[in-house]
Amino acid sequence: MATMLKYEDKDLKVVGTRPIRPDGVDKVTGRARYGADINLPGQLYGRVVRSPHAHARVLAIRTDKAEALKGVKAVVTRDDFPEMPVEFAAAGELIVNFRDVTRNMMAREKVLYDGHPVAAVAATSDAVARRAARLIEVDYEVLPHVIDPVQAMAEDAPLLHEEQITEGVDPAPEKPSNLAKVFNFAKGDVEKGFAEADLVIEREFNTKPVHQGYIEPQASLASYTEDGQVEVYTATQGHFVIRAQCAKLLQMDISKIRVIPTELGGGFGGKNNVYLEPLAIVLSRKSNRPVKMTMSREDVFRSTGPTSGAHTRIKIGCRKDGRITAAEAQLDFQAGAFAGSSVPMASMCTFTRYDLENVKVTGNDITVNRPKVAAYRAPGAPISIFGVESILDEMAIELGIDPIELRMRNAAKEGTQTYYGPTFGPIGYEDTLKKALEHPHLKEPLGPDQGRGIATGFWFNIGKETTTTLNVNEDGTVTVILGTIDVAGGSRAAMAMMVAEELGIDVDRVRPQIGDTQALGFNFVTAGSRGTFASGMAVTVAARKAIDTMRERAARTWDVPVDGVVWEDGHARPASSNVGEFEPLSIAEIARKSGMTGGPIAGHAEITAEGAGPGFGTHIVDVEVDRKTGLVKILRYTVIQDTGKAIHPAYVEGQFQGGAVQGIGWALNEEYIYDENGTLQNPGFLDYRVPVASDVPFIGTEIVEVPNPNHPYGVRGIGEVPIIPPIAAISNAIHDAIGIRLREQPMSPPKVLKAIREAGNGAAE
Amino acid sequence: MRYEAPGSLDAATRLLADAEGAARVLAGGTDLLIQMRGDIVEPELLVDIKNIDEMREIAEEQGRFRIGAAVTGMEIMEHEAFNAAWPGIVDGAKLIGSIQIRGRATLGGNLCNASPAADSVPALIAAGAVASVIGPDGRRSAPVEEIATGPGQTSLKTGEIVVSFDLPERPPRSGDAYLRFTPRTEMDIAVVGVGVNLTLDGSGVCSAARVSLGAVAERPLSVEEAAAALVGTRVDDDALAKLSKAASEACRPIDDKRGTKEFRIEVAGVLAERAARIALERAEQR
Ligand SMILES: Cc1cc2nc3c(=O)[nH]c(=O)nc-3n(C[C@H](O)[C@H](O)[C@H](O)COP(=O)(O)OP(=O)(O)OC[C@H]3O[C@@H](n4cnc5c(N)ncnc54)[C@H](O)[C@@H]3O)c2cc1C
Repeated sequence: MATMLKYEDKDLKVVGTRPIRPDGVDKVTGRARYGADINLPGQLYGRVVRSPHAHARVLAIRTDKAEALKGVKAVVTRDDFPEMPVEFAAAGELIVNFRDVTRNMMAREKVLYDGHPVAAVAATSDAVARRAARLIEVDYEVLPHVIDPVQAMAEDAPLLHEEQITEGVDPAPEKPSNLAKVFNFAKGDVEKGFAEADLVIEREFNTKPVHQGYIEPQASLASYTEDGQVEVYTATQGHFVIRAQCAKLLQMDISKIRVIPTELGGGFGGKNNVYLEPLAIVLSRKSNRPVKMTMSREDVFRSTGPTSGAHTRIKIGCRKDGRITAAEAQLDFQAGAFAGSSVPMASMCTFTRYDLENVKVTGNDITVNRPKVAAYRAPGAPISIFGVESILDEMAIELGIDPIELRMRNAAKEGTQTYYGPTFGPIGYEDTLKKALEHPHLKEPLGPDQGRGIATGFWFNIGKETTTTLNVNEDGTVTVILGTIDVAGGSRAAMAMMVAEELGIDVDRVRPQIGDTQALGFNFVTAGSRGTFASGMAVTVAARKAIDTMRERAARTWDVPVDGVVWEDGHARPASSNVGEFEPLSIAEIARKSGMTGGPIAGHAEITAEGAGPGFGTHIVDVEVDRKTGLVKILRYTVIQDTGKAIHPAYVEGQFQGGAVQGIGWALNEEYIYDENGTLQNPGFLDYRVPVASDVPFIGTEIVEVPNPNHPYGVRGIGEVPIIPPIAAISNAIHDAIGIRLREQPMSPPKVLKAIREAGNGAAE
Repeated sequence: MRYEAPGSLDAATRLLADAEGAARVLAGGTDLLIQMRGDIVEPELLVDIKNIDEMREIAEEQGRFRIGAAVTGMEIMEHEAFNAAWPGIVDGAKLIGSIQIRGRATLGGNLCNASPAADSVPALIAAGAVASVIGPDGRRSAPVEEIATGPGQTSLKTGEIVVSFDLPERPPRSGDAYLRFTPRTEMDIAVVGVGVNLTLDGSGVCSAARVSLGAVAERPLSVEEAAAALVGTRVDDDALAKLSKAASEACRPIDDKRGTKEFRIEVAGVLAERAARIALERAEQR
C-alpha cells in the first residue's frame, strides 16, 4: 500500500529557515567528487567510437588493428552485448524499451544518428585509447536520413525502423513508418465547443531540440571482479535505475552490481539512462581492470538526450467574455532515433491549468535520425504550452481583456477535472495569478521597443519508491542515508531540515548522505520533482519510527507504559503528571544508553510515496528588442509559483531562477544545427548558446504556499514548473514590444531581424 | 612532444628554424591548447615565447606605443596611458573570453590564430598598427591586415614570429572604438566585428579615418570605402548612412552556424554606424 502522510499545520522551528547546505563547503572548495574525479588503482581509459553518419547500415566492424596496438586491453562492439526483447520500464519521466536501450548504447544493425556508438576500447592511457579508436574500421552503407518530424511522417520518408508499425491507431496500419505511436486525450465535444465560440484562433508553432546543458559530462568507472561482481561509480540521477538497466542489459543478478553515485553536476532529466555504464562494465570484464570512461562535451551533445524538437498546431475558441469553449492540439514530437518522446506528458499538460469542457489533444511520437531524446525538466511541457499561451495572448488583445484576467476567468481550481482523468485537490494556480496582478513588476514603466509578456505552466509531480535509513548515533547526532540523489538542487539540506524538525534538534546535528545501491532498497530516480516530496515523506516516516523507539526506551527506563511518554523538543517527557515525575531524557541521553536499553536506534522507510501535489506558476517578463540587430534583451523577470511549502526557501528560489534561465536560453538562442548530411554542427557551448550570467537579470521570485494535503509539511514538487512558461512569455513580450508574433523557437537575432524585415515589407499581421 | 621556453628572440627563431617535425609558437595557449586537445594540431615542438622580455612590454616613446605580441588582454586593460590613447583596441581586448582567458590570451596569439572573428584585430587594423616580425631571414614589418590570409592561415613564413605591434602617433581629437555582435553578452564569438578610428580637425571635420570589419570575410578586412565615407564630413547622419552602406557592401560572408549571410551583411552596417558614433564621441573628448 502506498504511503501518504497528511499535512499538519503546526509551528515550525527549522522548516522554512535558510541554513547552509551540507554539500556546500565541498563544492566551493573543490573537494566534492564528481564522476570524473573518481579513480581506481590500475584503471584503464575507455573511448567510444561513434558513427559519422546520420543513418547507415553497419556492414562490418574490424577491430584487429586496434587490438594489436600496444596498451589496448579490450575492445567491445555489438557482438559483446546480448539481443534484448521488447520490454518496457520506467526510467525517470520517460519509458524505455530494452530492445532500444541496448541498440542506443551500442549500435546493432544500423547507426541511426551522428554520434551513435559503434565500438569502445579500453587502454592503458587516454592517448592510446584515442589512437586505438581511430584504428577501428567500420564499413557503412550510408542511407538517406530524416531529422524533421513533419518530413519524417511523409509517405516516402527514409524509414528508421523497418518493423515499426504505428501504435495507438485503429485499425493498425499495414506499412511501417516513422510514426511510432499516437496518443489521444479527449473530454467533451470540441466541435460543439468551437461552434459556441465568438473567437477561434488556430496557429502552428515550431521548436528545435535543446539539450539539458548540464555542466558535468557523463562519467563512469566500472570495476569487475573475477567472481562476477561489479562496482560502478557514476554520475546519475538514479543509481537504482542504472543498476536495473545494467542488470537487464548484461543479464546479471541485481545483487552483483553495486552502483555508487558520485556528486552530480546537473542532470535535468538527462542522467536517468545508461550510456557509458554497460560499456565500462564489459570492457572491465574483458580486461580484468577497472575502466574509466568520460564523455567530452562533443560526445554529450552528439549522443546524449536532448529534448524533442516539435511542430504543434493549436486551436482555441472562446466567448467574448474570454471563457474558453473548446481547445484542440496536435503535437508532433521528435523522439530521436528510438520511440518514446515526452509527447504523452506534453499532451496532458497542454491545456491543464484551465478549467475546460471540450478538449482534444493528439500527440504523435516520431522517430528521426537524431540522438534518442531524454527527459528535460518538465519533459515536453514548455513545447506544448508555447502555442497555447501565445494564442491566449492574442485572444486577450483581441478581446481587450488583461492577459492575467483572461487566465483567471478560465483558471483550474480545486474540483476541476483534467482532460486526462484526475480531479484537482487544493491547488495554487489562481493564487499565482492574483499575486501576479498585484506584483510591482506590472507597474514598472516600459520604454520604446520594450514589452511585457506573461505565461503560465503546470506540472504533475510524482512520488514513487523511496527508501531511507536514519541512524541515531551514540552521541545523539543523526545520520540519514538517502536513496534519492540530490541533483544539486539542495535536497540534502531539505531532508536534514525535516528530520531536525521531527526530532526537535538543531539541523547541524543531522548529517544527510546519499547511500549506494547496496545500502538501501530500491529508490526511484530523482525526476518528476519528486525528491523533496517523496524523500521528505520517507525521512519523516523514518524519524517518527526512531522517535517511537526512543519513547519506548524512555518508557523502559522509567518503567512506565509507552503511551505515557511523549516526544517534545528533542526530549522524551512524561505525557502528564499522572505518569510520574521524571526528568526529560534528551536524544543524546537516550542514545548514550541505547546499548543497555535494547540496542542502537534507527528508523527506516521503505515506501511508495503517493499524493504528489500539482505545481503551477505564472511568469512575467520584460524584454527590449534591438530593431536593427534582432537582439532580445531580458530586462526584468519574475517567477511566481505555488510551492506547497518551501522547506528551504533559498533553494526553492534557486529552482525558480534556474528553471527560468534555462527557459530563457531555450527561448532565445539554443538549438541544434545540422548540416545537409545530418551531422551536428554545434556540439559545444561556444555555438550551442546557453545563457551566461550577464545575459540575464536577477530573476525575481515569489513563493506561494498552498499546502499539499498529502505531505506532512505540505510539499509539492517545484523543480520543473519554472522552465515551462519562459518561451511563451518571451514571445508574448516581444509582441508587446514590436508588434510581431514569433511562433518559432529560438527567437535568435537572425530570426527576429528577419521577422522585422518581413513585417516591414507588409508580410506580418 | 618537446617544450622549450627560450629567453631571447634569437633562441626562439633558431628553435623554430631547426625544428624537424611540426613546431608551434605558444603564447597564452588559449587557442593552441584547445586545438591540441581536439586533435586539430599535434605539434612535436612548442616554443613558449612568454620569457622573451621584448614581447612582454608595453612601451611608449614620443607618443607612439609599441605593444609586445605576448602582452595579455588583462595587461592591456590595466595600462592607463594606453587606455586613454587607444580605447578601441582595449574594447577588443576586453571582449576576449573571460577574466581567466584574458589573463593568458595575447594580442599576438589572437592575430596569428587567424580567426576571421578575432576580436582584437579589427581595432588594431583600424588603428593602423604595424606588426614587427622576426624570422630566419631577419626582421621585417607588415601592416596587421596583411598577417591573416584566411581561416587559420597567415602570411608568416616558417619560423617567423610576430614580436610586437607599432602604433602611429596619436593626434589630438582622435578616437577609436570596436563593437562586435554576439547573441550572448560574453563568452561568445563575433558574428560581426567593426573597428573604427577617426581624427577630427579643429573645426570638427573628420580629417582621417580607418575602418575594419571582422567575421564577414575569410580574414579581418580594412575597408577603405567605408573610411572614405567619413573623411571630410562632420560624421553626421548622412555620412554615417554612407559608412553603413559601404561596410555592408564590403562584406563577403558565408552562411554558417553562427549567422546567415544576409544577417551579417546587415548587422555590419548597423555596427559600423554605432562604432563610429562612439569613436566620434571619444575624439570630441580628447
Ligand atoms: C573560453 C574562450 C573564450 C574565448 N573568447 C574569445 C573572444 O571572445 N574573442 C576572441 O577573439 N578570441 C577568443 N578566444 C580565443 C583566444 O583566447 C584568443 O584568440 C587569444 O587571443 C589567443 O591568444 P593566445 O596567447 O592564447 O594564443 P595561443 O593559443 O598561444 O596561440 C594561438 C596561435 O597563434 C600562434 N602564435 C601565438 N603567438 C604568436 C606570435 N607572437 N607569433 C607567431 N605566432 C604566434 C600559435 O602558434 C597558435 O597557432 C577564446 C578562447 C577561449 C578558450
